[in-house]
Amino acid sequence: MNRYLCLGYYDEAKFEAMDKAELQALVSQCPPLDAELRATGRLQMVASLAASRDSVSLRPRGGRTQVIDGPYAEAKEVLGSFFIIEAADIAEAIAIASKHPAAQLGETVGWAVEIRPIEYCRALEQAAAA
Amino acid sequence: MSHDAVRRSIEAVWRIESAKLIAALTRVTRDVGIAEELAQDALVTALEQWPQQGVPDNPAAWLMAAAKHRAIDRLRRLQMQARKHEEIGRELEELERAMPDFDAGLDDDIGDDLLRLLFISCHPVLSTEARVALTLRLLGGLTTDEIARAFLVSEAAVAQRIVRAKRTLSEARVPFDLPPATELGERLGSVLEVVYLVFNEGYAATAGDDWMRPALCEEALRLGRVLTGLAPREPEVHGLVALMEIQASRTHARTAADGTPILLLEQNRARWDQLLIRRGLAALQHAEQLGGTLGPYALQAAIAACHARAAHAGDTDWERIAALYDALAQLTQSPVVELNRAVALAMAYGPAAGLELVDTLQSEAQLKNYHLLPSVRGDLLFKLGRLDEARTEFERAAAMTRNAREQRFLLGRAAACSETPSRLQ
Repeated sequence: MNRYLCLGYYDEAKFEAMDKAELQALVSQCPPLDAELRATGRLQMVASLAASRDSVSLRPRGGRTQVIDGPYAEAKEVLGSFFIIEAADIAEAIAIASKHPAAQLGETVGWAVEIRPIEYCRALEQAAAA
Repeated sequence: MSHDAVRRSIEAVWRIESAKLIAALTRVTRDVGIAEELAQDALVTALEQWPQQGVPDNPAAWLMAAAKHRAIDRLRRLQMQARKHEEIGRELEELERAMPDFDAGLDDDIGDDLLRLLFISCHPVLSTEARVALTLRLLGGLTTDEIARAFLVSEAAVAQRIVRAKRTLSEARVPFDLPPATELGERLGSVLEVVYLVFNEGYAATAGDDWMRPALCEEALRLGRVLTGLAPREPEVHGLVALMEIQASRTHARTAADGTPILLLEQNRARWDQLLIRRGLAALQHAEQLGGTLGPYALQAAIAACHARAAHAGDTDWERIAALYDALAQLTQSPVVELNRAVALAMAYGPAAGLELVDTLQSEAQLKNYHLLPSVRGDLLFKLGRLDEARTEFERAAAMTRNAREQRFLLGRAAACSETPSRLQ
């Protein structure tokens, strides 16, 4: 079974410009889709990210590590969430990830999901008593 | 999209959606056999149309709509057969009016439907083999051929088993409902047993194609995770998932490149899947937090967790494991559990303590053909330096196992008894 990292994108400016009612209308549609995604039994983890302005990027510059505020790539569409699924192949990964809200809703605020096959994945630290 | 890509995507959608489809259709038709036929018909339609027309935007909804049309056609046919010709027109009108209800029925809570389907597939009126086959077929979307290969039986036998199971359910008029509270514990036990059987069949490899093995483990794990979402208040559901997650975390460490099994304590722990371990430990914590005394699955998971938490084999908390096996033995009254407790006692308090318990198990009828009894006894004798006796036990164990790789491993240990320098004796 392969693992796939699914990256949830959104247009940050448009998203933040939504008024409360619009936002409510959008997010209220998410729980049933999230439930469907979980009901596949293939979802391994989900995470939601803070605003991209809170990002810090590290880059090697002239042999030193430069610390720059903000995301790596300047873009309107930024990473907002990610989840890891397991699937037999990319076709199945598509069938599963299609259930995520960002694959079905939020067209006007640039929601999208990118599926990246994971080649190698290992957590390094020993699990403490969870 | 190429023809091949379309076929792969139909297969993928089927694996993910078939259970939901069959569950919703069973609620509407009240017959799991008819529901499966309707779902299969929808699949056939997809196989005909998608290569030409392309994969629809929402394949799941498309399949559901196709199955629904089939169901309505079928209802119409039944109506036609049942009524006189002059009544047909009026009946059809009524049916059209009834259709919105039918639609609403199909869109109801999918979670409950899946749970009902799982309870039906594992119903006590069916034999254990039938429960396993039906569960893999209806909830796993496995073909009869895949199930047959996994259990090393003929495809005809599996097909027959499934047909009979569906007939039995239909004849017994098993309702498509959640079991009443008085039966819930027992019925849930049957579901968990089937899921764990599927997992173990994949994990222990008593028979079957090598490549079908991981698929069974994954399917059991998937069903277990789905079940935790459907029955979140049941500690044993979380216990079973915890057990399966932690066991599955060792998949890549438990065999050498040539397929030889590697004992738990000799496994390279860096190859254990930490993501699965973390999920397992979280599920166990969940089971513990729900309260009450731990059931057999949660106890086994707690034992597996002791191993998972130890960064090195030497760090293992064997005293805790022995205590957990003690609790498990009292709950299950199983000599196999006692045998495991003996191993834990030996690790915690020395091989002599383990051997003392093993020797009390020699006359257990249930262990008469169980190769791990001489295998464990051989190991303890080996550690005590009683090599001749150890060799005899390893050879006995090798003669008892059906698994060729395990047999080679045990014969290797028997041979090592002769090679070990005599100063150990």
